[in-house]
Amino acid sequence: MIPILSVRDLKVSIRTDAGVASILDNIGLTLERGRILGIVGESGCGKSTLIRAIMGILARGAEIHAGEIVFDGENLLAFTEAELNGRIRGNQIGFIPQDPLLALNPVFKVGTQLLEIMRDHAPEDGLRGSARKRAHVQRLIMLLRRMQVPDPELALERYPHQFSGGQRQRLLIAAALACAPRLVIADEPTTALDVTTQHQILLLLRELVTEFSLSMLFVTHDFGVVAELCDDLCVIYAGQSVEAGPVGPILASPGHPYTQALLACHPERATTFRGIPGTVPSPLAAPPGCRFAPRCVDVQSSCSLGPPPAGLSPVGATVKCVNYA
Amino acid sequence: MSLILRKLTRDVPAVIGLTIVIIVLIIAILGPLLAPYPGDVAASHLTRRLKPPSWAYPFGTDNLGRDILSRVIMGARGALMVAMTVVSIAMAIGIPLGLIAGYRGGWLSEVIMRVTDAVLAIPQLVLALALAQLLTPSLESAMLALSLTYWPFFTRIVFAETRRLTSSLFVDALRGIGAGTARIVFLHILPNAASPIIVRATIGLGFTILVAAVLGFLGMGATPPAPDWGLSIAESRTYLPAAWWYATFPGLAILLTVMGFNLLGDGLRDLVDPRLRRSR
Amino acid sequence: MTGTEPILSVRSLTVLLGGRRRWLRQSVPPVRAVNDVSLDIRPGEIVGLVGESGCGKTTLGRTVLGLQRETSGEIHLDGAVVSGMSPAKARLARKAIQYVHQDAAAALDPWWSIGRTLREGLLIHGMRDAAERSAKVAEMLTAVGLDPTAAQRYPHEFSGGQLRRVTLARMLLLSPRLLVLDEPTSGLDMSVQATVLNLLLELRARLGLTYLFISHDLSVVERLSDRVAIMYLGRVVETAATATIFARPMHPYTRVLLAAAPRLDRAKDTGVDTVIGDPPSHTQVHVGCAFVGRCPIGTDLCRTTPPPLRSIENGHDVACHYAQPADPVPAGTVRMHAVASAK
Repeated sequence: MIPILSVRDLKVSIRTDAGVASILDNIGLTLERGRILGIVGESGCGKSTLIRAIMGILARGAEIHAGEIVFDGENLLAFTEAELNGRIRGNQIGFIPQDPLLALNPVFKVGTQLLEIMRDHAPEDGLRGSARKRAHVQRLIMLLRRMQVPDPELALERYPHQFSGGQRQRLLIAAALACAPRLVIADEPTTALDVTTQHQILLLLRELVTEFSLSMLFVTHDFGVVAELCDDLCVIYAGQSVEAGPVGPILASPGHPYTQALLACHPERATTFRGIPGTVPSPLAAPPGCRFAPRCVDVQSSCSLGPPPAGLSPVGATVKCVNYA
Repeated sequence: MSLILRKLTRDVPAVIGLTIVIIVLIIAILGPLLAPYPGDVAASHLTRRLKPPSWAYPFGTDNLGRDILSRVIMGARGALMVAMTVVSIAMAIGIPLGLIAGYRGGWLSEVIMRVTDAVLAIPQLVLALALAQLLTPSLESAMLALSLTYWPFFTRIVFAETRRLTSSLFVDALRGIGAGTARIVFLHILPNAASPIIVRATIGLGFTILVAAVLGFLGMGATPPAPDWGLSIAESRTYLPAAWWYATFPGLAILLTVMGFNLLGDGLRDLVDPRLRRSR
Repeated sequence: MTGTEPILSVRSLTVLLGGRRRWLRQSVPPVRAVNDVSLDIRPGEIVGLVGESGCGKTTLGRTVLGLQRETSGEIHLDGAVVSGMSPAKARLARKAIQYVHQDAAAALDPWWSIGRTLREGLLIHGMRDAAERSAKVAEMLTAVGLDPTAAQRYPHEFSGGQLRRVTLARMLLLSPRLLVLDEPTSGLDMSVQATVLNLLLELRARLGLTYLFISHDLSVVERLSDRVAIMYLGRVVETAATATIFARPMHPYTRVLLAAAPRLDRAKDTGVDTVIGDPPSHTQVHVGCAFVGRCPIGTDLCRTTPPPLRSIENGHDVACHYAQPADPVPAGTVRMHAVASAK
C-alpha cells in the first residue's frame, strides 16, 4: 500500500532583506497509513515551514525549488490553489494548531466558528441548505461528545474564553476532525498545556487515530511526548531530515550524531549537562553537505562534499550520515 | 542610527513631512536674512498697496503695501514659537499627571483621569475660544488657552503607557532588585513611553499652529501689526476675492506646515521602536 | 538530615490575591493563591517546587522574595523573621534572596543595554565607583559564559538561552545566597536547556548558592533537585527527597502527576488512573481536600476535613488522610518517628 503522505527531497527557500535563506534542504519523510509520525527538531529547524509547505500555505516570498509532496498518490505541488482549497485543505487534511486561544476568534460563538469551517469544507453528502447544516451540527455534537467536552449542545453556544486551555484544545481537535480528514497535522498541540491535561489529550489523539482511521503528523520538540504517542519519528536539524524510523529503536539506540547529542541533553539521559557545542547555522549561510558537520564529534572530510547519503542504522532507522553509507 | 535613517528614507510621506518641517525651521531661524523686505513686518508703504504677485513682490503686497512673502517668512518664527511653547507647557502639565496616575493608581489616579476625560470631552477649539475670551486678547493668553486645552492628550497617552509598563515584567524585576520609585519612573518607564509622546507632540505642533491661526483669525490671538498667518487671512477678508493672493499665501503656509508636522508624526510612529536600536 | 539550620523557613504562609470592594459594583472575592504553606530550605540545597499552572508556585516564589505581600504566616531568613513588614523594608531585609523571572526577555528594559542594566543593580546596591561596576559586570558576564562585549548590546540581540544567562548574571551580581528560579528553562530548546542547567549546577558549586527551583517539568526537577515539594491549588500536598518522591509517591495527586509526565523510556505502566477534568477553580471554596473532586480514592472524610501535611516517613510529608508508609514496618515505630521528626 502506498503511504498516505510522502515528502521527497523538498527544498524551500525564503527571500529576505539579507539574502536567500535556505529553510528546508532535501527534507524527506514518509507517513504510513494509520500511524503517527513525530517530527522532532529544535526551534528554527524548519518544522513549521515543512507543515506549511504540506498544507500549501507557505508565506509570501517562500519558494519551493525542488522535490515533491505526495498525498495519497498525488503530487500536491502540481495542484492549483483552487484544487487545494476544494479537495485538500480542511477536507482531506485537518490541522490542530499550537495555541488554541489564538486559533479561535474571541468574539464569535464556538459553534458558529466550527460550523463555518464545515460549511466550506465538509463533504457534500447530497444534502443542501438547512438539512446540511443540521447534519453538520449533529456531527459536531457527536465529535464534541467524543472529545469529552461536557454538555456539547451548550458548548456550541459558548465563547472561546469560557473554556479552559484543555477544553479549547479539544474543541480544535473536533474542528480538525469535523470534515472527516484522512490526515491530521498537529503543530505542538500540547505545548501550552499542563502535564495532566497534556496526558489526556495525547491519550485522546491515540484513540482517535484508530477510531477515525487517521494518519497523523505530530510536530513537537519533546522526545517524551514522542515516546508516549508516536509510532515513527523523523528528526530534523537546520532544515535537513537526519534520522527517521520507528520510535522505540531510535530512542533506544540513536544512529545520527545529532540525534545522539540531542538525546544526551534530555534530563532523563544526561550524565553531564554539556549541551551541544556550537550553534545552529544561519539559513543564510548554511554549510554545504551535512549541516550538522561543524558541530559533529564524528566529522569526516567527506561530510561537507555533498548531501549526506542515506544509510541504515543497526536498529533499522534511516540515517543521513556518511558513517552509515 | 543609520538604520533609523534608512528606514525613514523608505517612508515617502515621512520624508516629505521631514523636508517641510526642516524648511519651515530654517525659514523660522533665518527669517530676517531670507525675507526680501524684513522691515515690512511693521512698516507700511501706501504707494504699493495690493499689488498682485510680480518679480519684485512674488506673493504680492497687502492693504498697507507690505510684501506678503516677507510677512509669511517672518510669520514662521512666531507660529513655531507659539506651537513649541504650547506643546512644551502641555507636556509639562500632562506627562507628570499621566505618570502619577499610571504608577500610583488608586483614588488619585481616578481623580486625575476623570478631570482629564472631562477636559477632553469639550471640543478643544471651543474651550480655547472660551478661555481666550475670558483673558485679555493677546498672543500670551491665546498660548495659555491652547496649553490648558492640550495637556489632557499627553496625560491620556502617558497614563496608558505607564499602566502597561508598570505591570510589565521588567519593572517587576527592577522592584525585585530594590530599585526606587524615582529610578523606575524616570529612567525606565518614561523612556519606554517616549515614542507615543514624541508622535503626539509632533502632531500637536501642527495642530497648535492651526488652532493658533484660528484664534488669530478671530482676533483673539496675535495683535496687528504682527505678521501672524491667521491674522493676515483675517485682514484680507475685506479685499477678497479681488486680492486673492492676500489670503492664499498665508493660507498655504499654514496648510503646508500643519501637513508637514502631521506626516512626520505619522512616520515617527513606526520609527521610535527600541528594536531598531543597535549596538553597532 | 544534615542538621544545619534552614536558610529559609516558611511557616503557615497564606497569600490572598486580588479581591477588592468596588464602588457601586459587585466586589471581587480574593483568591487564596497560597494556602497555609510551610517549607524549609537548607543552605546549598535545590528545592524543586512543582505544580500545574495556577497552583500558586509562582506566587509563593514572589512572596518569599517580597514582591508579593503575605496575608498571614511567617518567613524566616537565617533564623530572623523577615515577614510582616512594609514592602520596601521586606525587600531590604531579604536582600540575600533574588528572583530570576521566567520570561528573561520581558524582564529586561528593551531601551537599556545589557551592561547598563547589569551595572544598575550594583549602583542600587551602593557600589559608587563606576570603574569597579564595569569590571564586576565584565567578570560576571564571563562567569555565566557570555562574552564581556555583550555589555554593549541590547536585549533583542540575544537568543533565549543567552538571555537566561544575562538575567542570571544580573541577579548574581547582587551576591544573593538564595535564588528563586521561576521556570528557568521553559521555552528553551533541549540542547540549550542542558547548558543552562549545567551553568546552574556549576554556579551553585562555585558560589555556594541555594535554589528554590520552580518548574512544571518533572524530568528536569528529578535531575536537578535535592528535595521536591508538590503543590496543588495553593497547598503543598507532598514533600520529600527527590529520589523518594519519584520512587514512592504517596499523595494521589503526585501519583497522577508522575504518571502523566511524558517519559523517554516507556516502561512506566504504573497502573495509576489519570485524572479526568480540569483543575478546579481557585474561587471555589474547598471545605475538605482540594483534590477530592479528581481523586480516585476520595471519601466522605476527604470532602469534610482538609488533610494536614503530616510526616509519614522520615522527611516525607504528605497531606492525605490515606497516606501510609510504603514498607510494612510496625505502625508504632513509624508513628513515634513521625512525632519525633515533627518536634
